[in-house]
Amino acid sequence: MSRILSKIHLSKDVFQMKLQAPNIARERKAGQFVILQADSDYTERIPLTIADADAEEGSITIIFQVVGKTTLNLALMNEGDVIENVLGPLGQPTHIENFGTVVCVGGGIGVAPLHPIAQAMKDAGNRVITIVGARTKELLILEDEMRAIADEFIVCTDDGSYGRKDLVTKPLQEICESEKPDVAVVIGPPVMMKFCAETTRPYGIKTYASLNTIMVDGTGMCGGCRVTVGNETKFVCVDGPEFDAHLVDFDTMMLRLTSFKTIEQKSNHECHLEKAIEKL
Amino acid sequence: MTYIPAEKLEQEAKELLDKLDFDKMKPRERMQIPMQEMPSQEPAVRAKNIEEVALGYYEEQVKIEAERCLQCKNAPCIKGCPVGINIPGFLKAAAEGDYQKSVDIIKESSMLPAICGRVCPQETQCMELCTVGKGLKDKDKSVAIGRVERFVADWERETGKMSLPEIAPATGKKVGIVGSGPAGLTAAADIRKAGHEVVLFEAFHKLGGVMVYGIPEFRLPKAILDKEVENLLSMGVKIEKNFLVGRTRKLSDLLEKDGYDALFIGTGAGLPNFMNIEGENLVGVFSANEFLTRANLMKAYTPDKADTPIYTGKKTAVIGGGNVAMDAARMALRVGAEEVYVIYRRTEKEMPARREEVVHAQEEGIHFNFLTNPKRVISDGKGHVAGIECLRYELGEPDDSGRRRPVAIEGSEFVLEMDSVIMALGNSSNPLISQTAKEISVNKWGNITVDEDGKTSMDRVYAGGDIVLGAATVILAMGEGRRAAESINKLLASE
Repeated sequence: MSRILSKIHLSKDVFQMKLQAPNIARERKAGQFVILQADSDYTERIPLTIADADAEEGSITIIFQVVGKTTLNLALMNEGDVIENVLGPLGQPTHIENFGTVVCVGGGIGVAPLHPIAQAMKDAGNRVITIVGARTKELLILEDEMRAIADEFIVCTDDGSYGRKDLVTKPLQEICESEKPDVAVVIGPPVMMKFCAETTRPYGIKTYASLNTIMVDGTGMCGGCRVTVGNETKFVCVDGPEFDAHLVDFDTMMLRLTSFKTIEQKSNHECHLEKAIEKL
Repeated sequence: MTYIPAEKLEQEAKELLDKLDFDKMKPRERMQIPMQEMPSQEPAVRAKNIEEVALGYYEEQVKIEAERCLQCKNAPCIKGCPVGINIPGFLKAAAEGDYQKSVDIIKESSMLPAICGRVCPQETQCMELCTVGKGLKDKDKSVAIGRVERFVADWERETGKMSLPEIAPATGKKVGIVGSGPAGLTAAADIRKAGHEVVLFEAFHKLGGVMVYGIPEFRLPKAILDKEVENLLSMGVKIEKNFLVGRTRKLSDLLEKDGYDALFIGTGAGLPNFMNIEGENLVGVFSANEFLTRANLMKAYTPDKADTPIYTGKKTAVIGGGNVAMDAARMALRVGAEEVYVIYRRTEKEMPARREEVVHAQEEGIHFNFLTNPKRVISDGKGHVAGIECLRYELGEPDDSGRRRPVAIEGSEFVLEMDSVIMALGNSSNPLISQTAKEISVNKWGNITVDEDGKTSMDRVYAGGDIVLGAATVILAMGEGRRAAESINKLLASE
């Protein structure tokens, strides 16, 4: 059982919660995630990244976007409420060392998992360049936190409402040209990660992507999270979530993410979601 | 085996019981008593519901079946039982109508009789060695040991008189059990009985391991599992749910920092196997584990209540021939598929699934394609499953398993249209523990290696069940848990 210690409405449909989870807070490392389930019967288990943790307080911070019924129900919970099941930390921690210059690229909600990685990279002595992107200004999250870590900080919005009016791949390409970073870490929507990988590929820059796939148990048991990496089937929960972005078959991954789309749409019209979020 | 309505079985048993005089029977006459068929739900009805298929014996049937036991002095059946239940003993008590005594005898060796009575592969264990079956030259006609076991366990639970084993005075020692499947639960009970503090770690939110996520409601109702687990816990076993040993806490930390005197790893073989064929990661291809977890643990068979989606399409292929394949196929039929095909590369004779489960599946209308195996999964052009291209097979020389090896017939390709595929090809060992505890030795398949006491290469750490054996059965896992528990109890007593 995990008590919700605080809840912040970060942007339109993005929420931040601090959860009481001393065991997870103690063990978690950058790059790892949790699986949570609102209560034991009938609810779904969903994987969410750990955006931050405080081992002393015994708390972890999760940031999530409302995309379906389960995340909506979570968004409807409040400070003091109890989430029945939280399992973690899951997945392999990010490989952190002093590489030299690391460029961290985050898109949309992907900035949340990127935050602890950028922090750990900085702590390891790297020069950290951060590029964050969002569709529009209101959807940008953790700007101050990311700015505080980065040696160089670039914001892009699709509509130009804030920062550069560009896709994140544009500044990424410029940095590949000028700074020749040693490592890139990209987290965001799969299509963004795919194009970031294509951007760094010609420069031979080692690029890691953190994948968020359909997952039921998070311990390797269900095989639902499988992705093709370098022509091999890998399980995101035990082999990942981070993989060499140049080897990931993003097209298959994007298809697999649509596995239950029709069913979910049926049970959960988007218009309902929008209305519910407005009420929050 | 063909379906016989339950009322008819009851009627037949009553009439037979009136006729038989067991006191005067010689063994030879006893062997003429017909084996009692298990009453079950009518096939067309049960294929559309999630209720238990087998209904359990009528009391008259229990009497008759238990009297079929010849009470052999050498009791070959016991040697076939991985936990060594005194089978003639509990059958005799059941025949006398003393069901409490009967279930108490079982519980000397097994704390999970209602579960074992349902899911044990009796025909390849106790029943395989039964003198009656040997005499009739048909192990399927051996004394139906599991069905009587089920009856007395159900009787005890339903009459609310579940007895608890005696627990030795507290020793001050603490043992952690990793995984709450059959191996872990059995080890927990045996170690607790010796007076040690026992903490059970489970990654999921429900206890039971494969029995809760893998075995469907229609074969093992969760209420029965829960009751049996609850009974065990009332011995004072502590539980840590949502706790993944290896990630939430490392083995070494449990031993060095958290004061555990010994650990038992019973994490099972939770890593589904795939075929490594083209199209395997298309939308609509699932592992049986994922499919069954969604259905069982997340209750996706109640679509109006459950948040977890499940997908079958209209035509579902299940690849494999084991019990898990039968469970997945029959579940697919219950959650929406119109036609379900089991694709198996050998023949019906070589199927590892229990005979009873195969028959039940056939009665429910599952189609079987034997001597067939997929070569690739075909896409509809949009990334979804449209079918499977298969090869026909023939049986060649026997392989290491003693079964004739299936050999593909070249040029025999043909296509079966499908909109979903469930891979039920068994499981490999989960790498999580060995990933985070380098002291633990594993073999080339990733199974943890143990000595004859069930001890791993790490000091004070024991292991058993599927993580050691590779995918096996509930009762074999229980046997392993029992053996390791004995070693742990011995170790702790010597200190």
